[in-house]
Amino acid sequence: MTDTAQSGPVLAADGRPLKASLNRALRRQKMRAMLLIAPLLFFILITFVVPIGQMLFRSVENQIVSDTLPRTTQMLGDWDASTGAAPDTPVFAALTKDLMVAVEKKQHTRLGSRLNYETTGVSSLFRKTGRKVDDMGEGYTDQFVDLDPKWEDPVFWADLMADPAASALPMTQDAYAAFADTIISEDGDDPREEQPWHTVYLSLYQDLSAGADVGSLPAEVATAQTAAVTFQTEDLIAAFADIDEDWLSVDTWQTIQTYSPAFTNGYFLNAVDRQKTPDGSEWRPEDQQIYLTLFVRTMIMSLTITFSCILLGYPVAWLLANLPMRQANLLMILVLLPFWTSLLVRTSAWKVLLQQQGVINEIVVWLGLVADDNRLALINNATGTVIAMTHILLPFMILPLYSVMKTIPPSYLRAAKSLGATNWTAFWRVYFPQSVPGIGAGSILVFILSIGYYITPEIVGGTKGVFISNRIAYHISSSLNWGLAAALGAILLVVVLLLYWAYDRIVGIDNVKLGG
Amino acid sequence: MTNTQNDAAFVEFERVQKSYDGENLVVKDLNLAMPKGEFLTMLGPSGSGKTTCLMMLAGFETATHGEIRLDGVSINHIPPHKRGIGMVFQNYALFPHMTVAENLSFPLEVRKIGKSDREEKVMRALGMVQMQDFAGRRPTQLSGGQQQRIALARALVFEPELVLMDEPLGALDKQLRETLQFEITNLAHELGITVVYVTHDQTEALTMSDRVAVFDDGRIQQLAPPDELYEAPQNSFVAQFIGENNTLEGVVQEIKGNTCIVKLDSGDIIDAIPVNVSAVGDRTKVSIRPERVEFDKNRLQDGAHTLKAEVLEFIYMGDIFRTRLRVAGTDDFVIKSRNAPDQTRLTPGQQIEIGWLAEDCRALDA
Ligand SMILES: Nc1ncnc2c1ncn2[C@@H]1O[C@H](COP(=O)(O)OP(=O)(O)OP(=O)(O)O)[C@@H](O)[C@H]1O
Ligand SMILES: [Mg+2]
Repeated sequence: MTDTAQSGPVLAADGRPLKASLNRALRRQKMRAMLLIAPLLFFILITFVVPIGQMLFRSVENQIVSDTLPRTTQMLGDWDASTGAAPDTPVFAALTKDLMVAVEKKQHTRLGSRLNYETTGVSSLFRKTGRKVDDMGEGYTDQFVDLDPKWEDPVFWADLMADPAASALPMTQDAYAAFADTIISEDGDDPREEQPWHTVYLSLYQDLSAGADVGSLPAEVATAQTAAVTFQTEDLIAAFADIDEDWLSVDTWQTIQTYSPAFTNGYFLNAVDRQKTPDGSEWRPEDQQIYLTLFVRTMIMSLTITFSCILLGYPVAWLLANLPMRQANLLMILVLLPFWTSLLVRTSAWKVLLQQQGVINEIVVWLGLVADDNRLALINNATGTVIAMTHILLPFMILPLYSVMKTIPPSYLRAAKSLGATNWTAFWRVYFPQSVPGIGAGSILVFILSIGYYITPEIVGGTKGVFISNRIAYHISSSLNWGLAAALGAILLVVVLLLYWAYDRIVGIDNVKLGG
Repeated sequence: MTNTQNDAAFVEFERVQKSYDGENLVVKDLNLAMPKGEFLTMLGPSGSGKTTCLMMLAGFETATHGEIRLDGVSINHIPPHKRGIGMVFQNYALFPHMTVAENLSFPLEVRKIGKSDREEKVMRALGMVQMQDFAGRRPTQLSGGQQQRIALARALVFEPELVLMDEPLGALDKQLRETLQFEITNLAHELGITVVYVTHDQTEALTMSDRVAVFDDGRIQQLAPPDELYEAPQNSFVAQFIGENNTLEGVVQEIKGNTCIVKLDSGDIIDAIPVNVSAVGDRTKVSIRPERVEFDKNRLQDGAHTLKAEVLEFIYMGDIFRTRLRVAGTDDFVIKSRNAPDQTRLTPGQQIEIGWLAEDCRALDA
């Protein structure tokens, strides 16, 4: 080397460091490539990443409680369930106001269903209460109107609330605003033509009794404040208890309090058979624990299915790769045939074959292998699911295996034999290791597909052969507990990713080939 | 060794036939005997059945008819892994999931040879091909030439007496091929192994072999040492196939002893030695090597027949000059002359007379 003195980086022709020049050149190339794929990338982002993100979000999202019962959840903040007593009147007053709005907006039933996932009975409690809530506080309305008919006048109310000094009556203002908003948005009515709800009078009574400074407000207010002292109070707690005893139960209130925050781990706890308690979580009662069992069963059965697919698929793929063209094509059609028939038809066919009076049982009984009164239970259990799913997923094992085997030249086997290996040794030491990437690819496909399968287990699985995905489907389409479904789905996703990671660590993901 | 005689056949094909489809014979009546230690090359055009013969010998194909013997024992019914024949494949067939050392120790493992013995033999075999430093690599991390060396070492590591090679150097560039040709022949002679080598590169066949079997149409057309093959081809196929060759067609006019006179289709008369013609009146193809053609009258024998020729093209090739002539109605008659200080350079359009020694001109089958 003549230029050993030049110790710095290698320079390009224009004097810039070569590395920077190269990077610049490559960057332009990369940018162009990015632009080309940008529409597709965008599409994938929208159709793939966003739904998954949505699902993950749904599994922790819990705004419905605090959105529907904003005042109640705020008031409940100080309530301590461990005292064993239901909350006081102000909480019930807040609940009245919240429910009034919710009922008008028809949101209380949704909230009821949501909380019903956690404590059964809440749904009907909310529905029942919803029907009666508009009478609550009526006593106060009557007393105010008796005192001065002006309190009946919508225009008087509207003007009063528009007065800047009305800020002295915060609860009233809040209740009136809720009333005005709701009737405008729900019924298209004008607040200046409608008498306010009883909850507004209830709030006014609360404000006045709390000793609000009403000096700068119209005289009617001051008069009312003086009179209010003598008003007959209405027992809200009794009114609620009258609708349903459950309103006195600590459990009901505890549920509302526990699920007040906007985000919750409740769905996830539920998905692993635990439940939320005021201080952390605990196992659900034995008879309600189903999900962990289902997860474990899903994993074990998916593995079983994967292994049976390997066992059955390997020889078929080998034949496919080694038979003469004509026979191989015929066999390939047979392998692909299942794809051309409906999944439902294939699964139902298995039902016919496997049932107690089905073809297979008839044959084994006829052969005398099992007694007539002791027929094999092949369906509506795990066996049925494994048999039917293995059949349905077999092509997903065969095809990657085939495409990998196709690339293994026969000369390897010949070489092994010429070196002195028996047929078995040549297969096991030379052919098999080279087909492992195909097994890997097929297994990943089959395993992931079977973990998420639900139609077949639903039809042939009975109760003992259903997968976690069947529960997810149930929560999505029947119980409508999407949060729980999302949490179960998220856990499934994490488990699959973990397995994938483990596979990568043990076998190596570059050891997966779908072909050439 | 059961054979005491040195030239007793070690590998023997006797009346071997092979058909894949029951309709066409790919190998027709193959007879071949090789003594121990011989380096025999099967040479022939594509599809002539060379690989098929090799596969029958290795045991991957069964002969439809006839017997193949190894060291006097019929091996028709012995499975490949018991034949103990080393084999080098055209595409190397190195196991991609094993390292070089594992590839080499594979044949030793299946022979249940102890670990330390194995390691020693592997290193020795790698040493033979100068590849000791690559023991830990995967085949995919090697160049073509290196892979070929490993394939060779693997075929030799279990010390077979017979090694088969099917176009082992086919995928390599010329220079590397030449180096490896040299190494392979050297190794074969050093180890005293018998080699059946398949190629369709005639230079390779000529430079490496003790004997060459020229295949065509499922038959051995000629089996002879390289020099004999080149200088004394037994039929027009071999003459055409080996080296560059000029062919003139005609009819035998007279045979006297070991020379004959041929009347070419153009009417010219030439001398030749009768090789594959039996009677006057036979059609014949006469073959003359380009470098044996003389155009300097002084060098020709007295009374030798000459032909008129017109120079069509003169090609300077460095060590030799290659001149294309129009002779007796053909436009592709080629002569080659050494680039020596006193050599004449012919110019296109020039009219000359050419001739040759009768023994360089062979009258073969038509
Ligand atoms: N497995 C097979 N099935 C049917 N025909 C075959 C098979 N293998 C070879 N043949 C045919 O046998 C003939 C001889 O083939 P072979 O491979 O022996 O030729 P080769 O001399 O080795 O040619 P190349 O120089 O191209 O390798 C060819 O016509 C080929 O088509
Ligand atoms: Mg061949």
